[in-house]
Amino acid sequence: MSDIVLKVSDASKRFGGLQALSNVDIEIRRGQVYGLIGPNGAGKTTFFNVLTGLYTPDGGTFELAGQAYKPTAVHEVAKAGIARTFQNIRLFAEMTAVENVMVGRHVRTHSNLLGAIFRTKAFRTEEKEIAERAQELLAYVGIGHYADYKARTLSYGDQRRLEIARALATDPQLIALDEPAAGMNATEKVQLRELIDRIRNDNRTILLIEHDVKLVMGLCDAVTVLDYGKCIAQGVPSVVQKDPAVIEAYLGVGHQG
Amino acid sequence: MFTSKRNKMIVFLLAAVLLMVAPFLLQPFGNSWVRIIDMVLLYIMLALGLNIVVGYAGLLDLGYVAFFALGAYVFGLLASPHLGEHFAVIAQTFPGGIHYSIWVVMAVAAFVAGVVGMLLGAPTLKLRGDYLAIVTLGFGEIIRIFLLNLDRPVNITNGPKGLMQIDSVKLFGIDFGRPLDLGWIRIESVSLYYYLFLFLVVVTIFICYRIENSRIGRAWMAIREDEIAAKAMGLNTRNLKLMAFGMGASFGGVSGVMFAAFQGFVSPESFSLMESIMIVAMVVLGGLGHIPGVVLGAILLAGLPEVLRHAAGPLTQLTDGRLAPEILRQLLIALAMIVIMITRPRGLWPRPEHGKTLLK
Repeated sequence: MSDIVLKVSDASKRFGGLQALSNVDIEIRRGQVYGLIGPNGAGKTTFFNVLTGLYTPDGGTFELAGQAYKPTAVHEVAKAGIARTFQNIRLFAEMTAVENVMVGRHVRTHSNLLGAIFRTKAFRTEEKEIAERAQELLAYVGIGHYADYKARTLSYGDQRRLEIARALATDPQLIALDEPAAGMNATEKVQLRELIDRIRNDNRTILLIEHDVKLVMGLCDAVTVLDYGKCIAQGVPSVVQKDPAVIEAYLGVGHQG
Repeated sequence: MFTSKRNKMIVFLLAAVLLMVAPFLLQPFGNSWVRIIDMVLLYIMLALGLNIVVGYAGLLDLGYVAFFALGAYVFGLLASPHLGEHFAVIAQTFPGGIHYSIWVVMAVAAFVAGVVGMLLGAPTLKLRGDYLAIVTLGFGEIIRIFLLNLDRPVNITNGPKGLMQIDSVKLFGIDFGRPLDLGWIRIESVSLYYYLFLFLVVVTIFICYRIENSRIGRAWMAIREDEIAAKAMGLNTRNLKLMAFGMGASFGGVSGVMFAAFQGFVSPESFSLMESIMIVAMVVLGGLGHIPGVVLGAILLAGLPEVLRHAAGPLTQLTDGRLAPEILRQLLIALAMIVIMITRPRGLWPRPEHGKTLLK
């Protein structure tokens, strides 16, 4: 089994006259929490969208667990094994929490309309597996008791957790979290950190876009700093933190304490 | 818990008995009343079919009546002398006319409507909301205009005159077009159709319910709620939407077959835009995506106008004929719709707030 989960070389994306990403290389190892940081407009979300197939890249090669993939269709990428959450939470609001997670199982299950209408044995077994797995994942992220609540009725922090549970349900090789701590208060951030830690300890790999420097530096095994679509630093957080280019572009001079 | 379950059982059994004897209770007042509930049952089927497209997958379809029309014409063509009169080949091959079993025709109609549903769905995949509504509305009209004009140069649909002398349904040796005399009881034709339609409605509800609680049903609802998130979860939204269009359309096709057999006559007039809008209104007014709500919406919107037709008479007399029954009827329905939408914006009987109960 390949140790490298995601390998991106030379990823580029241009919007008209704006080079949103130029020649970005990233390598993420199994079991890592990998941080992607940078000031607003640096190209973090663009990179995310390119990676997950929402935007078609202008160039670059993409490899997931040793298998080359083309990020051209979002659902194909999810099937290949990258699950994501969204910066502005996108849940299935009128469905219950457990149904949200059950949708995440769709891509790993197979029953069709006929199976559903005739309730075949295969269908029933699969349905049971889906429901159990979903309930398990809800408990895993800590919102098991809200299973039958509609997603939109959950609190903000719980909605974030539900999104993570839904992403986990697709059995991803890589979980990509787009600013999961945005809008969270201090307590929620601590809890989120614990959750991400737990997910990593279960030998899953996480790509994290985050603004909260403390969270990123404390949590990530490696980071890439983007500025104006270019990678300006890469490596272990403690080293990157001291990089003069990073300090100038992002952290600010007063940060070295 | 147990008592409520038992109460539910009792209510259910009472409803079942009532549904079984309903035609006998209504028959003394005249066959027209049974006819009304027959039509209501057909509309329930249509509304449930559209509910798959609009309620589950969230695709606003204003041309749904086109599939009803397709089903009706498939049966009309296969079960009336029309094709034999106009095409020598068919007259030679089927000297006694084409009279396929109703099961075959139903399958053909469901298939044709389903395929056309997918064909019409394909170009609209990238459209949403109002844009989708406008395009589907156009498709609905196109089908109707085709039916209206396909009497030249080759007479296929018989144009505005429509198809006549369509066979009634024949099942298990029973001709639904004639009263059935069992010796001790005489069941009118309209009542026979009532039982057939009731059976089909029950089957439709059963299928819808099972689909709703399945992998595909959940995927449709996910698309309705947030298409981008659905894609990011690995859902192939293109195929799923086409499946919803096809599935919904085939229900429309089957009810069309029943409509043609029941009336014995079809013409393009029955499939106007107004019909499509009424079916959408049934789904929305009843409760999008909630089967009992949709059934209720169909009962009210299909039944109420007919009941009002009877009730409006006295009111017209009261006002010395200044209020024509037709106007009064439309006025009352419009009023009812406005009041419902103001007081219950999520429909008369929407999906319950907290999913299922929290106690397990």
